Amino acid sequence: MSILTFRNVSLRYPPQPGRKGAGEKRVLDGINLQVASDELVAVIGRSGSGKTSLLNLAAGFLAPSTGTITVDGAPVRGPGADRAVVFQDDALYPWLDARDNVAFPLKLKGVPLGERRARAQALLDRVGLADAGDRNIWELSGGMRQRVGIARALAAEPRFLLLDEPLGALDALTRTRMQEFLLRIKAESGAGALLITHSIEEALLLGTRVVVLSPNPGRLTAEIEAGFNAEVRAGASVAAVKASPIFKRMHAGLTGLIHSGDDEELAA
Amino acid sequence: MTFSTDIETLAPAADTATDEKAAGRPIPVALISAVTVAAIIGAWAVAASYALVSPVFLPSPRQVVVALYNLVVTGFVDATLAEHVGASLYRIFGALIASILIGIPAGIAIGTSRVGRGILDPIVEFLRPLPPLAYLPLIIIWVGIGEASKITVIALSMLPSIILSTSAGVRSVSKDHVNAARSLGATRRQVLAEVVLPSAVPSILTGVRIALGAGWTTLVAAELVAATSGIGFMIQSAAQFLVTDIVIAGIVVIALIAILLEFLARLIERRLVPWAAHR
Ligand SMILES: Nc1ncnc2c1ncn2[C@@H]1O[C@H](COP(=O)(O)OP(=O)(O)OP(=O)(O)O)[C@@H](O)[C@H]1O
Ligand SMILES: [Mg+2]
Repeated sequence: MSILTFRNVSLRYPPQPGRKGAGEKRVLDGINLQVASDELVAVIGRSGSGKTSLLNLAAGFLAPSTGTITVDGAPVRGPGADRAVVFQDDALYPWLDARDNVAFPLKLKGVPLGERRARAQALLDRVGLADAGDRNIWELSGGMRQRVGIARALAAEPRFLLLDEPLGALDALTRTRMQEFLLRIKAESGAGALLITHSIEEALLLGTRVVVLSPNPGRLTAEIEAGFNAEVRAGASVAAVKASPIFKRMHAGLTGLIHSGDDEELAA
Repeated sequence: MTFSTDIETLAPAADTATDEKAAGRPIPVALISAVTVAAIIGAWAVAASYALVSPVFLPSPRQVVVALYNLVVTGFVDATLAEHVGASLYRIFGALIASILIGIPAGIAIGTSRVGRGILDPIVEFLRPLPPLAYLPLIIIWVGIGEASKITVIALSMLPSIILSTSAGVRSVSKDHVNAARSLGATRRQVLAEVVLPSAVPSILTGVRIALGAGWTTLVAAELVAATSGIGFMIQSAAQFLVTDIVIAGIVVIALIAILLEFLARLIERRLVPWAAHR
């Protein structure tokens, strides 16, 4: 069991030269958050509230201005294979075919070619892309690309999966199927997950916990436990879960929280 | 990756529609080009056969073809056409290899390190606008009149485009691609070798193609000035004896090789980086 911990983390971007109202931009403030291996913590918030910044901190792409981020007590000092990132626009390597993209983290570790191809193929099988190994990245649909991206992250055998709106670019039908898929993969991998999403519905459905990030500066203003995740894994259909009264009530509650103080429209 | 800048394609749809109605189907561009070439050769043949211009200045197309045939079979100034072309190609590919071996590491240094950019930028910026023939005499003083001087000059004329295309390619690497590798456990070296360099390959190949063009120009010019073999030398010698048909045949061969090199380079680009069009 591993734990990823944010303790009193704040993040300021340096002032942008040539921008009015100069001065540094406070993006995150007083963030305290824990993600354990058996959890999927979903972060929702409006555009610009600092969700990606939060994930980039966890990934080690950014360093906090104050506070600490630790994995099992050890401070995060940069990116590492224990925290594999899945990007919104996949960030797959177009010069590699699907299988070699998945094998990429194994290549970095020096796993011999034959073995890493075999292990990559096994991962492709697991994400339902058994026959796509030889395909070029640009020949794959958006949903398939995200599966390859997830398989690539899994190949690194991370302790945490950091997912920045991995389903954001998908159409509604594909997205629903991918949500079920994500739940299954997450459970099988045994990794903790931090999921950034615009969608309250997705956060509720997938998260064992949902946290709300409010902007200017980004603070965690609400945290709720959600159990729908377990229902889906126990075999309940996604459609039925989403239609249940309790789901709708929690959805309405979260919508109110996020929109308190504005009438801006957010994703479903 | 061809961009149509054809004014007709840019014209508003309504205009094109009326044009097409008036003219029936539009004439293919290739046909227009073919007719133009035929007309030029025709005018040339007429001018030559009626001796409108002295044959010393303008031999007939037939004479040029015969000259070309003789070049292939018996040659001119101690070497056949193949030997002259071979000498030229040896120089250009020798120079290409040298400029790739130097230019790609230099481009990476400029693209990835401030120190590298500080050191190499002024050198590249000095070299780039300089006509190669301007430093040819200096190179001859330094390394002599032999093959080395020609290869050096050609390589120097190729270097800037290879260096600049490499550094541009290196800098154009996607931030997500780099971050993905780092979060999957890549070291700095691995990021460079597995992500930055592959991303730069399309740009490098474009640089090589441009370099080949620049190198071919320099090669012919250098051979006109200082050589004892090669296609440029062949033309220069023929001109001294007023053997105009060989001069023209040589020019045609130079053009054909330039087109062939460009074609080959594009073929290699398509083969090696089919993904470049899908980024
Ligand atoms: N490199 C940067 N320099 C300065 N400001 C930045 C930088 N990156 C992000 N910001 C600012 O920080 C704030 C939060 O950005 P972030 O990308 O984390 O938001 P987000 O919640 O992920 O938004 P979205 O939902 O649109 O992806 C925004 O106001 C943004 O303008
Ligand atoms: Mg974001």
